[in-house]
Formats: sequence, structure tokens, C-alpha cells
Amino acid sequence: MTPVEFDLRKRSVRELNEFLHRRLDGTRRVRALNPDGAHAIAVGINAPIDVDIEGHAGYYAAGMNQQARVTVHGNAGPGVAEGMSSGRVHVKGFASVAAGAAAHGGLLVIDGDASLRCGISMKGIDIVVGGSVGDYSAFMAQAGRVLVCGDAGDALGDSLYEAVIYVRGQVKSFGADAHEEPMTEADHAAVSRLLAEAGFAHDPGEFRRVASMRSLYNWTADANQEY
Amino acid sequence: MCGIVGLLVKKPELRDSLGEMMVPMLVGMTERGPDSAGMAVFSEPVRAKNRKFSLYAGDLGFDWAGFEKTAQSTFKGGCVLAVKVNHCVLETAADAAAVRRWLSDGYPGLHLLSVGRSIDLYKDTGLPAEVAARYDFRSMRGTHVVGHTRMATESAVTPAHAHPYTAGEDFCLVHNGSLSNPHSIRRKLELQGIHFDTDNDTEAACRFLEWRMREGDDLEAALQRGFEEFDGFYTFLMGTQNELALVRDAFACKPAVVAETDDYVAIATEFRSLAHLPGVDHAELFEPKAQQMYVWRA
Repeated sequence: MTPVEFDLRKRSVRELNEFLHRRLDGTRRVRALNPDGAHAIAVGINAPIDVDIEGHAGYYAAGMNQQARVTVHGNAGPGVAEGMSSGRVHVKGFASVAAGAAAHGGLLVIDGDASLRCGISMKGIDIVVGGSVGDYSAFMAQAGRVLVCGDAGDALGDSLYEAVIYVRGQVKSFGADAHEEPMTEADHAAVSRLLAEAGFAHDPGEFRRVASMRSLYNWTADANQEY
Repeated sequence: MCGIVGLLVKKPELRDSLGEMMVPMLVGMTERGPDSAGMAVFSEPVRAKNRKFSLYAGDLGFDWAGFEKTAQSTFKGGCVLAVKVNHCVLETAADAAAVRRWLSDGYPGLHLLSVGRSIDLYKDTGLPAEVAARYDFRSMRGTHVVGHTRMATESAVTPAHAHPYTAGEDFCLVHNGSLSNPHSIRRKLELQGIHFDTDNDTEAACRFLEWRMREGDDLEAALQRGFEEFDGFYTFLMGTQNELALVRDAFACKPAVVAETDDYVAIATEFRSLAHLPGVDHAELFEPKAQQMYVWRA
């Protein structure tokens, strides 16, 4: 079945998204040509289809995704895969700030670097970053996993809840309540699985586990508001 | 919101197409800044003694011919005027301070937008495409350019509040974001005798950096002090006679993308404004990091 093509220099993102929401009619694959950094490409899909964004995407690409496999053959702007529930979003280049923000599920793979606040407030998504992540990544991350093949910036995992971070490179600094913990067998298995799903060939033994100390879970008068 | 665009061409033969390449970049940022637009073009410096003064007349019917006549008889050695609608670039070898005084005393309706040997500055209210057409931005030639599209968030929509802002000579700055402490910076600078033209937060940053450079800091040292001084959200793009400089605040709150090829360095708030550039498919594309200085030399 030949893919349906949308040339975004000739047709609007709204037309593309309307097609993806309401007119799929058995379509298996959609290609968005010349995205040229447009916003909100392929947001809000709820169907098991493949979408190829053939270039660089702007803000919120593949946001709120359910079931679809969306590939950005270029870089992604702020908030890629924000609010995703299921499916898979793959960015072949780098991702700007807040990649995978607040997302409940699915897998986000970023081949290059992710900028600041990657996985902020995530609620169950798995994020695999081939490069490094910027400052405040996994800030207030509630559930899910972030796997960083490169380095992490300042304040990694600040105010973490139950999300777990695996880092292969250096961590510039940990945020409040985040610390390194020993890797268990289950962690090694989880890292292996995430690496395999994302298509990276690193040795799982090179990763370290970062999780919450849970000391912020309960308010304490002794902390004197200094965290 | 607001959109920032900047372009520096590396090859002399591309200087004639600077405006052609730049206008689609500026227009590409219309959604981020539909209320005003402006750009500062830097070209080969004029003779060491000469200065160019970019002027804006609020009154569309301003009598430039009469102004020229008076200017010619006032300045020994005369002057050259290039008028575009209600903008004018005046070049003269007369003492810069004396020209500033003459302008403010005799022409309170004229707004002095920039002074320098390289910089020409145009800014106005209106959609970026309208402003670009009004002043024929496509015909602009030079080594580098700093442009801005504005969506006002903290002060009025007037030509004076449009960006770029300038201070001193051959220095301009555009801003995407908002500062939290412009008033305290301003009070500090006013004690040094520095005068402000508007109540805009960006002007405080522009005058602070220019003040540091006048006090002996080089651009990098001034920017480092800026990181310590400025509180708030900002991506700043600055132009000097031979440099383009870019910085983002510690939280990288406001986006920016850079595309570099053998021919040019292009900067924009979003890739949307770079997509049309020749060779951008093979450019080195990157997102500038928080609190790092990026300086390119013309």
C-alpha cells in the first residue's frame, strides 16, 4: 500500500491532522513532506499507523499520540511527544526542550541530544536519548523511565517521584531528592530491553540508576524550607 | 513571544544578497511577532571620522529636504542623506556629540535610532512583511544583520518600543523574553548618567552591556556580567561592527536555532525561519545552550 503524502508547502498542517484523525480509512502510512519546522504536526493521532515527518518539526510534534509510530527524520522543536499515551515517537536528530513532557506512556527515542527539561513531569512514558540531556531533565517525573546514553546536565531528577533514570555518562549535578542507587538485576534487564527497543548497542552494564530518595514525600518542619 | 533572526554572510559576494536572504527569515517569524518589526544592518564601516545616524520621523510628511538644507549649512564638510519614507540615514564627519545635541535641540520630533560607522537601523510598527516592504529590506547590503518581530508583553506598541535597541555606537540588541529586574538595572545605570529613551525592559539590557563595554570589558566579559545581572527570560542577539553574538538565559526559556554553512551563519527563534535558506539541508544545525556565549565574526 503506497503511503499517503502531504506536502506541507502546499497543504496545511490542519488538513494533515484532520486526515490523521478522521479520514484514515485503512491508510497504513502517511508521509509529511517539507515540514519546515511547522508546529503541531501529527498531534492527537489515535490509530496504529506509521507517520514519517520528512524533515525538521516545530513545537509539539506527535503530541498526545496514541498507538501511532511517528518518525521525525530531522530535529524536533519544543515539547515533542508531549502528553503521549502509547505508540512510539522517534526523532532522528536532536530534540528541543521538554521532550516527552507529562506523557503517560509509549516510547520516545531521540537519536541525538535532548535539551533542557526532557521528561518533565512524565507520568509513565519511556524515553531513550542517544545523546545527552540538558538541565532539569526528569524534573518532577512521576512514573516511567528515562535512559540517557550520554551525559546529564544540572539538577537531574529534581523532585523525582517514582520515575527511574538510567545514565551512561556524567551527571553534572543531581536535583533535590535525586540520588544514585545500585543497579539490580531488574534494572539491567530493563536497560537491555529499552536499548534493544530503541536500537542502541551500548552495554547495559555501563548505566547507573538514579531514583528518588523520597525525602520530599512528606513535609517536614525541620527542613526549614531549605531543599 | 517575539521572533529573532540574524544572518552573517561569510563570503563578500553574498553581501549584496543579505537583504534578499533575510526578509523571508523575518517574515517567517510573523506569528511570533505581528505588531512591530525592525532590523539593523551592518556594512563596511564608513571613513574613520564619519558617523551614520539612523533617524525616524513620527510624522510621515516630515520635510526631509528642508532638514537636509539646514544640515548641509550646519555641518562643516557637509553631510549625505539617504531617505526611505520616514527613515533617514545621515552621514557626516561632524562631531557625533554635537550632531546628537543639534538633533535633540532642533528636531524633537526626530527619533535617533542608531549611531555608528557600520550600522543602519530601521524599525516600525506593523506586520513584518509590511515593515520590510516599507523600507525595502530586500535591497539591504552588508556583512551581517540583526532582526526582530515583536509581540509586546510588557510595554506599549510604538516604533520606539520596537527592536532592535541600540546604545553607544555600532551596537544593537534584540530580545525574546522578558526581564524581571529591568528597573533595578535602570536605576543603577541612571546613577552613571545613562539616559533611557523608553520604559522597555530590553533597553535596560542593551544599555547595561554597552556601558560595560565602554568601561573596558570586551563583548565576552560584558556578556558574562550580563549573566550575573539579568534576571528573567531572554534570548539576546546582538550586533557589533564585526560580530554577531547570541546568548540564552540559564533556563533556555526562549528557543533559538543556528544553521551554519561555508556561506553563512543564520540564527532564528525557530527553524521555520531558516527553512528557505540555500543549502540549509546540509547546514550544521544546533540549538545554542543555556548561558553560553556564541560569537561569530564578520
